[in-house]
Amino acid sequence: MRLSEVIDLTNAHFFLPNPTETPDPSFLKLELLVGGSADLMSDVLCFNLSRGLLLTGLINPQSVRTAEMADVAALLIVRGKTPPPETVRIAWEVGIPIVGTEMTMFEACGRLYGAGLPAAERTNGE
Amino acid sequence: MPQQKVITDESAGVITRVEELAYELKIEEAMTRDPNVVNPRMQMKEVLELFRDKQISGAPVVSSGKLVGIISIEDLIRALRDLGRRELSASVADYMTREIITVNSYDSIIEALKLFSKTRVGRLPVINEAGQLVGIITKGDITRGLMDALQHDYQAEEVRRYRASHLFQDIISDRTSLILRYRIKQGDFVHGGAASSNIKRALLRLGADPQIARRCGIAIYEAEINLIIHTTNGGEVRVEIEPHQILMETRDDGPGIEDVELAMKPGYSTATAEIRELGFGAGMGLYNIRNCVDEMQLESTPAKGTRLVMVPGNDSKEWELSRATTPGQGTRLTMKIYLHPQKTTEKNHQQKENAP
Repeated sequence: MRLSEVIDLTNAHFFLPNPTETPDPSFLKLELLVGGSADLMSDVLCFNLSRGLLLTGLINPQSVRTAEMADVAALLIVRGKTPPPETVRIAWEVGIPIVGTEMTMFEACGRLYGAGLPAAERTNGE
Repeated sequence: MPQQKVITDESAGVITRVEELAYELKIEEAMTRDPNVVNPRMQMKEVLELFRDKQISGAPVVSSGKLVGIISIEDLIRALRDLGRRELSASVADYMTREIITVNSYDSIIEALKLFSKTRVGRLPVINEAGQLVGIITKGDITRGLMDALQHDYQAEEVRRYRASHLFQDIISDRTSLILRYRIKQGDFVHGGAASSNIKRALLRLGADPQIARRCGIAIYEAEINLIIHTTNGGEVRVEIEPHQILMETRDDGPGIEDVELAMKPGYSTATAEIRELGFGAGMGLYNIRNCVDEMQLESTPAKGTRLVMVPGNDSKEWELSRATTPGQGTRLTMKIYLHPQKTTEKNHQQKENAP
């Protein structure tokens, strides 16, 4: 699923270091293979989110660091939260586009899963 | 020079460097400085001479130091059509474009590109903070600027990768290893993960397989976060890279783990409510590490002294548990990943490439 579809389905918007700028259109074409959601960062690292979308309500810079370690391709912040500038800055610095939606985690996950974004598999405790 | 962007293994294939550079490169880095200018009273035939001499196709029109218009080869063609080739005595003022679209020298190239596609003009005068004309930029200038930057950039990263990946071949010894050390402060959540980020990038530069780099990244990240959350005075991260294995180690000087066995249990956490608020303390840290590395050893000495050695076998999932006394107070965590041969069970299954 492309990031542009994720944005459409969840009515999301980009968070940018400089709000007057527009994001590079190539980010919209970013292909996301799987989706996963968690508010606790170690839980994120329990599934294989390589080239996937991470949905989280966590907005501190650690959400980006965790995403970076897990090879996450894009971040979707749920529940209408606005991440601090530091989080947004690091996200674009490491090349992970960060978008936000007003929807709850449940609704955002449901819509994306329903539209065909597969769930990330657990890597632990097989 | 444009700032070096961090290239993660996955993002690299998605965004082209040219697209990134359009944002990074400033207009003043690509524009033509001190352009040829004309004044409004000049005759169109003088403009023709200038264009032919300098092999240019347009010029800003400046009157007493002020930018008043722009004249291009199209304007010259109009003048030729109106007057015939012998009569080019009309003045620049009659043919120049007065509605000038300018760009700022400190803006990114992308701003100029947007204007080019929106307005279909061929050149844009560039002004500085004080509003003075400092240059002119065309699509050709942008292409050239991007090419130069790209080449410079590419060479720089290639040289880095080349140097790094040949390190082990170029230096001859009985056993060569590269050691990276990072000091981690207690409670420093702002920089938390920065060391892991650097380690992962170093491994990729050294030519490590992206899946190996990912496993190392996750393991060392969990261990780094543990130092930030649970220690008294922070600790040290040490990574020793050898051609056949990667050894990652964290050390701290307290307070130590009361029950190592319990700490290893998934979901068990001693983190406070505040820590959980920050998104940590899921109780999965050590468990995640154990799943990412081939060998893990945890030594912790509160009062009695416990040492936990874990050697996950190829087929068995049993952990070896032993007790021993270790000197000093604190915790030491050792993690190992073998590079050759790949005898480990592949924990990170391959992603299905046919997702919708």
